[in-house]
Amino acid sequence: RFSGNNFEIIIIDDGSPDGTQEVAEQLERIYGSDKILLRPRPSKLGLGTAYIHGMKHATGNFIVIMDADLSHHVSWYFIKQKEGNFDIVSGTRYKGNGGVYGWDLKRKLISRGANFLTQVLLRPGASDLTGSFRLYRKEVLQKLMEKCVSKGYVFQMEMIVRARQLGYTIGEVPITFVDRVYGESKLGGNEIVSFLKGLLTLFATT
Amino acid sequence: VAMTKLGQWLCGLALLGSAWAALALEPSGLRLPAPFRQALLPLPLYLLVAFGCYSLATVGYRLATFNDCEEAAAELQEHIRAARTDLRQRGLRF
Repeated sequence: RFSGNNFEIIIIDDGSPDGTQEVAEQLERIYGSDKILLRPRPSKLGLGTAYIHGMKHATGNFIVIMDADLSHHVSWYFIKQKEGNFDIVSGTRYKGNGGVYGWDLKRKLISRGANFLTQVLLRPGASDLTGSFRLYRKEVLQKLMEKCVSKGYVFQMEMIVRARQLGYTIGEVPITFVDRVYGESKLGGNEIVSFLKGLLTLFATT
Repeated sequence: VAMTKLGQWLCGLALLGSAWAALALEPSGLRLPAPFRQALLPLPLYLLVAFGCYSLATVGYRLATFNDCEEAAAELQEHIRAARTDLRQRGLRF
């Protein structure tokens, strides 16, 4: 609000059992339904379709996508975007004063190791592919949505890789990834295996 | 149509592999002096090991310089507190 940009917040909830919907409705009453747009879905449908669903209701020129349980300075993204007229601005934990909080050595090692492998295999042109905070031009997001086929967070990675292929410009902003403020994140063997599967799929198909 | 990354790697490896095979192994056509061939023979292995060392060093360095953002985390908690107070005043019930 303070930066003078017009904005709206679209909240897509797939029936989370934790009371998200009730809080969202109260926020809508407080700030007005032109600023807070509730677009719930009846059942858990997944990240990709959430993007499509959200875009149908978005009226602005830029779309910022973020996890609801992370907080960051949205205005920095717009500043960076204007700086280089970028098509996409992506948050990175690995550069500048970006980083993490509350991670033990093992988790940091896995993160850096996985990212190194990703850089070698995909040469994506962005330092952090699994970030959860990005700004897109609306047309760019629409174009990428058409082309991307992966599911889950591999889809996030694919977006950046495809964007690079299509010649879009990507700017980066350092972000702090504070471990889920209200809950625990898991990083076990299953997650690692599925990450590798996703990475190899992208390697072979993009 | 662009080549996939896998395609690029296979092409690159095929190119380098055939060049190495032509020069280091013993086809009847090309013939380099023995010392050169002896040096070329273990080259692929050396390169692999060198890449392994580079990988370890790079990941190690990046691990060591992975920022721990104490201030940012504290700031985030502060923002959340401030937001909760503000919202409570505006009538939000948690």
